[in-house]
Amino acid sequence: MASVSLSEAEKVYIVHGVQEDLRVDGRGCEDYRCVEVETDVVSNTSGSARVKLGHTDILVGVKAEMGTPKLEKPNEGYLEFFVDCSANATPEFEGRGGDDLGTEIANTLYRIFNNKSSIDLKSLCISPREHCWVLYVDVLLLECGGNLFDAISVAVKAALFNTRIPRVRVLEDEEGSKDIELSDDPYDCIRLSVENVPCIVTLCKIGYRHVVDATLQEEACSLASLLVSVTSKGVVTCMRKVGKGSLDPESIFEMMETGKRVGKVLHTSLQSVLHKEESLGPKRQKVGFLG
Amino acid sequence: MAMEMRLPVARKPLSESLGRESKKHLVVPGDTITTDTGFMRGHGTYMGEEKLIASVAGSVERVNKLICVKALKTRYNGEVGDIVVGRITERRRSAEDELAMRGFLQEGDLISAEVQAVFSDGAVSLHTRSLKYGKLGQGVLVQVSPSLVKRQKTHFHDLPCGASVILGNNGFIWIYPTPEHKEEDAGGFTANLEPVSLADREVISRLRNCIVSLVTQRMMLYDTSILYCYEASLPHQIKDILKPEIMEEIVMETRQRLLEQEG
Repeated sequence: MASVSLSEAEKVYIVHGVQEDLRVDGRGCEDYRCVEVETDVVSNTSGSARVKLGHTDILVGVKAEMGTPKLEKPNEGYLEFFVDCSANATPEFEGRGGDDLGTEIANTLYRIFNNKSSIDLKSLCISPREHCWVLYVDVLLLECGGNLFDAISVAVKAALFNTRIPRVRVLEDEEGSKDIELSDDPYDCIRLSVENVPCIVTLCKIGYRHVVDATLQEEACSLASLLVSVTSKGVVTCMRKVGKGSLDPESIFEMMETGKRVGKVLHTSLQSVLHKEESLGPKRQKVGFLG
Repeated sequence: MAMEMRLPVARKPLSESLGRESKKHLVVPGDTITTDTGFMRGHGTYMGEEKLIASVAGSVERVNKLICVKALKTRYNGEVGDIVVGRITERRRSAEDELAMRGFLQEGDLISAEVQAVFSDGAVSLHTRSLKYGKLGQGVLVQVSPSLVKRQKTHFHDLPCGASVILGNNGFIWIYPTPEHKEEDAGGFTANLEPVSLADREVISRLRNCIVSLVTQRMMLYDTSILYCYEASLPHQIKDILKPEIMEEIVMETRQRLLEQEG
């Protein structure tokens, strides 16, 4: 993870501030920085989203391609995640430096989606055992300003909301050979239901309290963090601890409760922004990259 | 808990929001500024083929017969006498160094110093030969572009709002609580690690957000501009200052006050 070096006195200042619920930029322990979300920014994808959280900038593109279902799940499609930590984010990611972080994030994404209810994989099946939709989700890290997992999970959810998969029909011949027909209308597509897609809330333990949405400086003062993946109803799908330090069970319980509470608010805000963007329709002024 | 998500808004060019009629003359390296050879050339220009050509990207400034190009965003160029705030990244590893310095300064520490000499390759040598300079204790560091720090007689300011600030010429701004005893300045080499009071923290956080808003709107940083911005931000909550619309409002008010004060 990109890191900044701080002096002892700066760390002491940050830790004492967190104890008094006043962080360096004036936020409380459970406040997020201002988030900007925009979907449909990359034209040659099935769905895309860009999320800016303070200095963290994430771009996600989803491409839907036809493939064969996995052997153990013949009636379902599946998702593939790939995370690219671009060297633009920080010089540490130059060459193969960003690969470790990329695989870590990708594995976390696989874990949080690894349950029956996050996304309806059966709707991605075209014909059992033969054809299904495979969604390739590509995450690009443009700038690293702390709290990567939260921003990436929000961007993935927004991109999946924006994904439009073309509607196909399977026609069967007299000889039994199947033909796949794509609908003529380019706007005739199916959309995914993202109601149960979880988002990650990272809680960093600083001193005796924990904070949500830590900046790079705050992450440097924290020895242990808990990643909680929460759905919009407050259900925890997976939990992971990162960092060299240890957490005692009471802290873990408190952090999980905070994660659930914060996660529900995160989901409601995201839903309202996505619906607002959709209601603006094609007349909406797109900002894209040069805004 | 507070959570805000919004759609991005395209930024308006600054000249539009200021209502300025005359646009600045912007140039990029290689642009011809003028073919009139009567002018004296200043910083950021060079003479080539009977024309005055710009060597940096910035705006052209003309004072009578002197033309120079002021760069909008540069790396820091050291000058003798500049005050800088710096972080120790690497140190000489020798036995004497281990014995003497490691007790005082570690890697990652912040210090304030004055530029003593500038070498031809751009490297600078610093000195901390006064109690004003030395290791910095508890506080907040904000990194901005060096071109936004205005050159003044002094860069150490004790602001009336209750905190002190060091405006390093290299773009590192250090905000810290004003020490109670006047003899103890920010320097020396022993850091005070006692908790800072909540009131002081609020002032420091507010100042930090104000400086970030001034920098986002490309305003010059000096004690008056920071103070006016602080006063303009008082009706808002500290964490709201970083919201785009409130940031614009506060900086606009600061700009007005500065213009009134000059005019």
